[in-house]
Amino acid sequence: MRPVRFNNKIKTVEAPASFMGDGFMATSLEKVVGLARKNSIWPLPFATSCCGIEFMATAASHYDIARFGAERMSFSPRQCDLLMVMGTISKKMGPVLKQVYLQMAEPRWVLSVGACACSGGIFDSYSVLQGIDQIIPVDVYVPGCPPRPEAILDGFMKIQELVGNESLRRRTGEKYKDMLAEYGIQ
Amino acid sequence: MSLTNEIIKQRLVEKFGDQLTDWVEPYGMLTFTAPKDQNLKVLQFLFDDAELRFQFLTDLQAVHYPAKKGEELAVVYHLHNLVDNVRIRFKVFADITKPDVFSATALYQSANWMERETYDFFGVNFLGHPNLIRVLNVDEMDYFPMRKEFPMEEQTRVDKDDAMFGR
Repeated sequence: MRPVRFNNKIKTVEAPASFMGDGFMATSLEKVVGLARKNSIWPLPFATSCCGIEFMATAASHYDIARFGAERMSFSPRQCDLLMVMGTISKKMGPVLKQVYLQMAEPRWVLSVGACACSGGIFDSYSVLQGIDQIIPVDVYVPGCPPRPEAILDGFMKIQELVGNESLRRRTGEKYKDMLAEYGIQ
Repeated sequence: MSLTNEIIKQRLVEKFGDQLTDWVEPYGMLTFTAPKDQNLKVLQFLFDDAELRFQFLTDLQAVHYPAKKGEELAVVYHLHNLVDNVRIRFKVFADITKPDVFSATALYQSANWMERETYDFFGVNFLGHPNLIRVLNVDEMDYFPMRKEFPMEEQTRVDKDDAMFGR
């Protein structure tokens, strides 16, 4: 046997429900787009404290967030789909976080990791933002102080679920615009 | 002969007489209180004197004593003589309704940041400071968070039951 072993147990995603015949396949565009998007999410890690360390473990080989198609961390908000906020956000950092969110192109999702990002956590203090949902809309909250990498992966899979099932019309709808307007975003 | 607390105290008393009060030496560090309007004169004397040479401002901050009526805010100067490696500390007290203290920025460049921080948290108005604006807190903050009348907890929250947090 050759010393190098190739991994031939590659798992592929299931094809969406479709109508198939000889040499063609017909399905809805929404499903295909959802499938493509959810398996190639580019995260933007916004790590400010200890949850960021857990995230580093999540991204490293043992937990390997790349298995979910999030191979490529992007540090340019313009190219990102998912803003991962990990750690305490002080009030002074608030406008910076909002700026980063505004710079991301639609469609965009936000994952709030850890007690501090979700609610201010133990820092019930004059200087700390009591949850990032006060300034930007959040899709999935991951509780924990800090959450284990498994929890972050679970949160990421919840995001994948949202991405995969999202209607293509959602981002242009009135409801979505009203929701953004609540945060003062046009 | 090395510079001892006795010599420093003697030199200061020679210069300022009984204006300087509350002489104590906690953990061997000479500490005293000066009148508020004399703070620059004391700093200048400690800086210029050929024997004392306190030319390094280690720290500058404030303390709020709500019980001391008329002198609620203490501004504390920590000085260091780098030649003889001696440290001293002195305080001036200001009324919280008119917390004006002369700025030490002309003497120590390092006082610039520290006085801004002290203004940011205690609202001490340093007269003569070149840029007395908030430095650590958000610009929109409309109070001085380290004053004791303000609770430390974030006051905008409505979902926390005070009874559960011992308040």
